[in-house]
Amino acid sequence: MEVLVAIAIGAMTAAGVYLLLRLRTFPVVLGLSMLSYAVNVFIFASGRLLAGAPPILGAAEVMTDPLPQALVLTAIVISFGMTALVVIMALGSYLNAGTDAIDIEKPGEDPDRAH
Amino acid sequence: MSLALIAALPFLGALLPGLMIRAGRNSCATITFSVTGLALIGLLMNAPAVLRGEVLTEGYNWLPALGLNVNFMLDGLGFLFALLILGIGLLIIAYARFYLSKSDPMGNFYTYLLLFQGAMVGIVLSDNILLLLIFWELTSLSSFLLIGFWRHLPEGRQGARMALTVTGLGGLAMIGGMLILGQIAGSYDIHVILTQGEAIRQSDLYLPALLLILLGAFTKSAQFPFHFWLPHAMAAPTPVSAYLHSATMVKAGLFLMARLWPVLSGTPEWTMLVAGAGLITMVLGAVIALFKDDLKALLAFSTVSHLGLITFLLGLGTDYAAIGAVFHIINHATFKAALFMTAGIVDHEAGTRNIRLLGGLRKLMPITFAIGTVAALSMAGIPLFNGFLSKEMMLEAAHDSGTWVAVAATLGAIFSVAYSLRFVFHTFLGPEREDYPHHPHDPPFGLWAPPALLAVLVVVIGLFPQQTVGHLVEVISGAVTGAHPHVHLALWHGVTPALLMSAIAVAAGFVLLAFQRSLAPIWDNAPRPEAKAIFDAIVDPLARGATALTDTLHDGAISRYLGIFSVVVVAYGAWAFLGGDFAPGTRPLLPVGPVELVFFTLVMVATAGIVLVHRMRFVALIVISICGLVVSMTFVQFSAPDLALTQLTVEVVTIILLLLALNYLPKETPAESGTMRRWRDGAVALIAGGGIGGLAYVILTRDMSLPTIADYHIANSYTGGGGNNVVNVILVDFRGFDTMGEISVLGIAALIIFALIEVILRGPASRRLLNWRPDMPQAHDRHPLMMVVATRVALPIALTVGVYIFLRGHNQPGGGFIAGLVVAIALLMQYMASGFAWSQERQRFAYHGMISLGVLIAVLTGTTSLVLGWNFLTSTNAHVHVWPLDDIHLASAAAFDLGVFLTVIGAVMLALASLSRIGLRAGEGINLTAADIDPTAERSPLVDAETRRETGEEH
Repeated sequence: MEVLVAIAIGAMTAAGVYLLLRLRTFPVVLGLSMLSYAVNVFIFASGRLLAGAPPILGAAEVMTDPLPQALVLTAIVISFGMTALVVIMALGSYLNAGTDAIDIEKPGEDPDRAH
Repeated sequence: MSLALIAALPFLGALLPGLMIRAGRNSCATITFSVTGLALIGLLMNAPAVLRGEVLTEGYNWLPALGLNVNFMLDGLGFLFALLILGIGLLIIAYARFYLSKSDPMGNFYTYLLLFQGAMVGIVLSDNILLLLIFWELTSLSSFLLIGFWRHLPEGRQGARMALTVTGLGGLAMIGGMLILGQIAGSYDIHVILTQGEAIRQSDLYLPALLLILLGAFTKSAQFPFHFWLPHAMAAPTPVSAYLHSATMVKAGLFLMARLWPVLSGTPEWTMLVAGAGLITMVLGAVIALFKDDLKALLAFSTVSHLGLITFLLGLGTDYAAIGAVFHIINHATFKAALFMTAGIVDHEAGTRNIRLLGGLRKLMPITFAIGTVAALSMAGIPLFNGFLSKEMMLEAAHDSGTWVAVAATLGAIFSVAYSLRFVFHTFLGPEREDYPHHPHDPPFGLWAPPALLAVLVVVIGLFPQQTVGHLVEVISGAVTGAHPHVHLALWHGVTPALLMSAIAVAAGFVLLAFQRSLAPIWDNAPRPEAKAIFDAIVDPLARGATALTDTLHDGAISRYLGIFSVVVVAYGAWAFLGGDFAPGTRPLLPVGPVELVFFTLVMVATAGIVLVHRMRFVALIVISICGLVVSMTFVQFSAPDLALTQLTVEVVTIILLLLALNYLPKETPAESGTMRRWRDGAVALIAGGGIGGLAYVILTRDMSLPTIADYHIANSYTGGGGNNVVNVILVDFRGFDTMGEISVLGIAALIIFALIEVILRGPASRRLLNWRPDMPQAHDRHPLMMVVATRVALPIALTVGVYIFLRGHNQPGGGFIAGLVVAIALLMQYMASGFAWSQERQRFAYHGMISLGVLIAVLTGTTSLVLGWNFLTSTNAHVHVWPLDDIHLASAAAFDLGVFLTVIGAVMLALASLSRIGLRAGEGINLTAADIDPTAERSPLVDAETRRETGEEH
């Protein structure tokens, strides 16, 4: 089972990174989401996999490590906040610039650079 | 008053001017005046103790492990400087009220001024050199804001930049010097360092430390060869020049040399460096000042010269010279601040401060003339004024140091007399002119009162030195020298060599002034190094190089950075991995069942699918949600019910948000990367995926190398946190502080989204939206009746489920995060089904308010435990019996969870509501009845014919 989980984490990471490297904003947002899935599962899995052992007192004989779960729980919510923010940024830049390309063509010149 | 409070008052007060400016310029100036006045009163409350010779200390631990403590100390020296900073500060604040024009942002000005003032007071009250360094850097930064206050003037910006560069670099050098000093002395506390003089002077590191510290002091106090920044800083408004360059900023370097005088002085190196630089600066500054036509430039170079004088006296290393230095610091602050203010008045009323355009103002501006003359004569060192007394002491000290030093000092004095007299003669005396840019007259009371007060001080100290400041100078000199010098200041010492030198200086000065106009062309044509040109020649190539480097590395191709970043991270990991020993894991693996296999297949197919179909954005959203669901199922399978619920609800919210956003984005991604690029990106992705996957495998197949701290959480979950759901107890109790940070972040993200939409709706995007044409066919019934009914029936049920999940969260899977998301989804459904406007009209509280209420509740819960004497966020729990209910186990952490709950709802809904505003701007009709048919859809220009033809749809 561990092998499958590791492969899935790797695959989701690879897909996430590939999408991050695209040239338009929307695939980048999707890539961030994929990467969030992968990272969340990764951190969760660092508590090791255990079936039928929820970290609730009295629910089972053995109990899995609750700490990574607590970390991941907030991470999931924060990644929602991040995704929402990035989407709005993408939307704003598209509406302002008329394009959703993420690469800047030429670096802008700072008009107030040392005389 | 507490020393820490005195230093903190200006910083706290800096918040006020920006607020009070709304109530008018007078209120703004009054509040600033009051803040400084309060700090001054606080300082004076300590005066009796200081004048008795006591040293007051006060300390708080900050980072004791680094030796960085918030320790303050007040002795005579610190008292004098704090008195100057706050006292002259008061006058400057009053003066600036009348000086600044209506178009100047006065709130900003006073805020910067108070920040600067706080930093300066911090420097002079610090008893810890690391703390002193922090304040030192703060003065560099805040003075940058003040010097560049008129940011529309190129000179202002350049002057500010130069001042920051020079003093900032000096400050960096000084950090090094101070750290060495602290290492030698074994403590960073100044009162300890001051007792280690012998050890420091004999240390091998004495010279490096001295050089580095002097670099800091010389740059700050504009000593040769770093004197060039000060005149350029004159582009600042005159109140700033008067404040920074008479009483405060440039005196910080002197303060530091005086503060460390007992440990650093007395060696040949000290005398040569400090006295030498001081002497050169004194003469050079005086010579240049004579030939400056701009009143402020003249004063700037005279300041350079006088700073040189004080530095020279400190450098001599004798007690007598140190007393002279202290006395001159007082005198210079009084007459120089008055002179700057006078120059400002002339500039303000006559419209120019170019001496060549001035002259004959005596009858037109009699009050200004009187003030300017008194102050200038004091600067020249004419008897009866305070400048004379300290200059005599300087000449006497110079006389004792050898013939050449005496000659140089006399030369400096001659030029000093000449430029001081020029300030009076060429501005106020001579024939009245017809061609002043403005018709000059005396300014209003508010402008002349501050310098007049200083002029009175100049005379009073000049006439009765011993009675007025004698004791003060004695206490301060004691603090500087560490000994108990006997000070007797008197007007008449008999005919001494110093008096003769003074007489020569005055006579020669008059002669020199007479020839000034004929000498000026010669001086102007003489070749000499131009400091600004040299400075620019050094800084410009550096700036160009830095720009070129930045532009090369940061060329706007984000995908390139991300690619490089990914590869480097994996390479770093691989390098670490290959450098260690590796043995295969020994942990027994879990068996793979059919369900797991199905999920694995699903996620792999979806992952491959997202890469293949990502250009079709709607399809990609559906595919990615499969990944999210499988992740959620993974959490179910491996004993994480809370995570599964969170993942599921977040997934729903995220997909809805992305769908809504996609409405206003292109629906397809064009295929624009070539094959090469795709292979390259694919390779990067595979490397990254392989790295993470491999790491996951290695971790999963072995047990933890250290015992986990989970046992503690499990053991104390019920007894300490009052809950059976350990994950929830960790969130709201054990790691409550983290959670508080996290909900703050979430709230901030939502507020940023709100602010972004505000900005978007103002820019060019707004025009684009107003002319928005949907690029896809629109449905006739935007709000299908079936969905409206279903969601309305579901709303109470969903809300109940939300409350239930919240309440049970402490003991069963659930809690504030999940409950908040569930409730948010219930509300989101209303927005989607019944329309934004319809739902918004029924929503009676602002989402911003919910976010802040949530964070506030969380903070209050924590603070309550603080008030009750426990640590922040300590929770308690109790069994409550309320008839007819059963036993209820209540934990105080539930209140904290309520804060989480509210913040999550507020953040999610605010993000959605912000997005809906874009829809409104794009002309989405407002529906006031829920089940509406869009009447425009049939004959609508919204759906243009082309789209219809393309999609092959018939209406």
